[in-house]
Amino acid sequence: MNIEEIKSAIEKAVPGAHVELVLNPSPSAQHSLLLRPEQAQAIAEFLRDDPELHLDFCSNATGVDWLDTETSEKVKVKKLVDGIEQEVEEVRKTHTPGYLEAVYHIYSMEKKHGPVIIRMRTGNRSDQVTLPSLTPVWRSAEFQEREIFDLFGIIFEGHPDLRRILMWDGFEDHPMRKDYVEPNDYEYEPTAHDSVLEKAKQARAMEGA
Amino acid sequence: MQTTAPTEHTLLEPLATSSGDEGLLEISLGPHHPSTHGVFRMDAVLDGERVVKLKPVVGYLHRNHEKIAESASYLASMPYTDRLDYFGSLTNNWAYALAVEKLAGIQVPERAEYIRVITAELTRLQNHATTIGFLLQEMGASGSPLMYGFRERETILDLFEALTGSRMMCNYMRFGGCRVELPSGWLDRVKKTVTEFPRFLDEFENLLTSNEILLARTQGIGTLSKELAIQGGVTGPVLRASGVNYDIRKVDKYGIYDRFNFKIPLGEHGDVYDRYMVRMLEMRESIKILEQALRDIPAGPIIDPKTKIRGFRPKPGEAYGRIESAKGELGFYLISDGTGNPYRYRVRPPSFINLTLLEDMCRGYSVADLIVIFGTIDIVLGEVDR
Repeated sequence: MNIEEIKSAIEKAVPGAHVELVLNPSPSAQHSLLLRPEQAQAIAEFLRDDPELHLDFCSNATGVDWLDTETSEKVKVKKLVDGIEQEVEEVRKTHTPGYLEAVYHIYSMEKKHGPVIIRMRTGNRSDQVTLPSLTPVWRSAEFQEREIFDLFGIIFEGHPDLRRILMWDGFEDHPMRKDYVEPNDYEYEPTAHDSVLEKAKQARAMEGA
Repeated sequence: MQTTAPTEHTLLEPLATSSGDEGLLEISLGPHHPSTHGVFRMDAVLDGERVVKLKPVVGYLHRNHEKIAESASYLASMPYTDRLDYFGSLTNNWAYALAVEKLAGIQVPERAEYIRVITAELTRLQNHATTIGFLLQEMGASGSPLMYGFRERETILDLFEALTGSRMMCNYMRFGGCRVELPSGWLDRVKKTVTEFPRFLDEFENLLTSNEILLARTQGIGTLSKELAIQGGVTGPVLRASGVNYDIRKVDKYGIYDRFNFKIPLGEHGDVYDRYMVRMLEMRESIKILEQALRDIPAGPIIDPKTKIRGFRPKPGEAYGRIESAKGELGFYLISDGTGNPYRYRVRPPSFINLTLLEDMCRGYSVADLIVIFGTIDIVLGEVDR
């Protein structure tokens, strides 16, 4: 089954399912399916249980952080200049909010095919960062979703044990986010690494100020 | 009498603290318990000597390898992959190179493919030899089996040193092939090692495979059912010991693995003994692959001349490449945005995901068994924590 057939199989089997095909232009040609979060669990269950697909093995689950993008285009607008209507070029900026994405690579151990790649996106990067957990469908996502939560900050609803896994419990940030700023806590290190020494000096100067 | 571990999959809430669980003892095994390699901890709740609950705690070695790789060029990440699983640096190299080759559509020359297979199977041999040594050490066989395993490993590390200049952190693969041509006489040295290695396996089997203590300590211990193993995403020898015929060398046929004649050893019960035996048999199959590869290796270039190693900028897109490392499925997921650094770089480590079912394997068994069961998963913390 190719990805388009899988897409139509999903739309046939899961009532009201809306799946978007995300094309991958690289030579790997691993295209993926974008699921709506509210339908993701039902679709995942279908992918696992369908006798033809039988995607029983969730191999890889990971997050991606896509930043806000600002595109500017030049538009010709009619404007009154000194009382006369003229066509003026204006730069119009469009702001597209970024989002966090969870990507799953699913295989079938029984039928020995795959990968089928499914992805889900959050509403934005700050307050709508909840996605449904697929751990109830594939247990192997348990630790990996904890890792995504830890490093990217996506909250997986329905996850049985959503805690930080790699960073310590008191840690507040999400280091894999693209805008993560590393803490300025360098100590003086008498090594050849000038950059470290430079950062240490800066940190001390900040303390003194 | 052994109580059997429950086979149905139950997910536990975080460990209960002192209240409510009278008679139960909550202990921390590790991070400096000798069996936990200094950077791994198990939060265990015990009823007498039996394990009731168990949560693996990782992250002591976390240095955010993925973040480092995302701020470096594609080539600059190559030596960092050696440090993931320091028992299998050459297979780590290969997995990363494979993902990049998929991402950019690079063809690898014949000779390089053969060299990759030879180095990967040698890596598997030395990994399994030491894993079994460690396993027996964990069972209380003080020293000797581990030293025997290490003795064999040394001869293979000598080969790696001659080839790559390094014994453990071998950095040899490149996108589109390998870094340097084989040193003269190297293949003859490999041939000698491959002919002599089965003697070690025979010796090991004579000493251990039917040893009464080994049987008592391994059979029926740490059972993992086929269904649960698949559900938990377990891969590698642990999965195959549970009787699931799934080896990426056969399923994906990456590289040139479709040209070799070899079998996939399977276990029946999914217990510690099966995991030990699957590794023993896998080593014999690796020997077969090596013999065929050494026989057929052609002359020719070792790297695709068209691949630009420096200033490498793949077109935007993504790729997931995976191989069968000695520990299971090692995958790399890369997203390119057209610049010289990967936009997203992800390692799918077998050791980390195989730990998901540690609790299910250990529940109901004793603390002494727990150490042995943990040993059979064969994890390397460099890969778990990254």
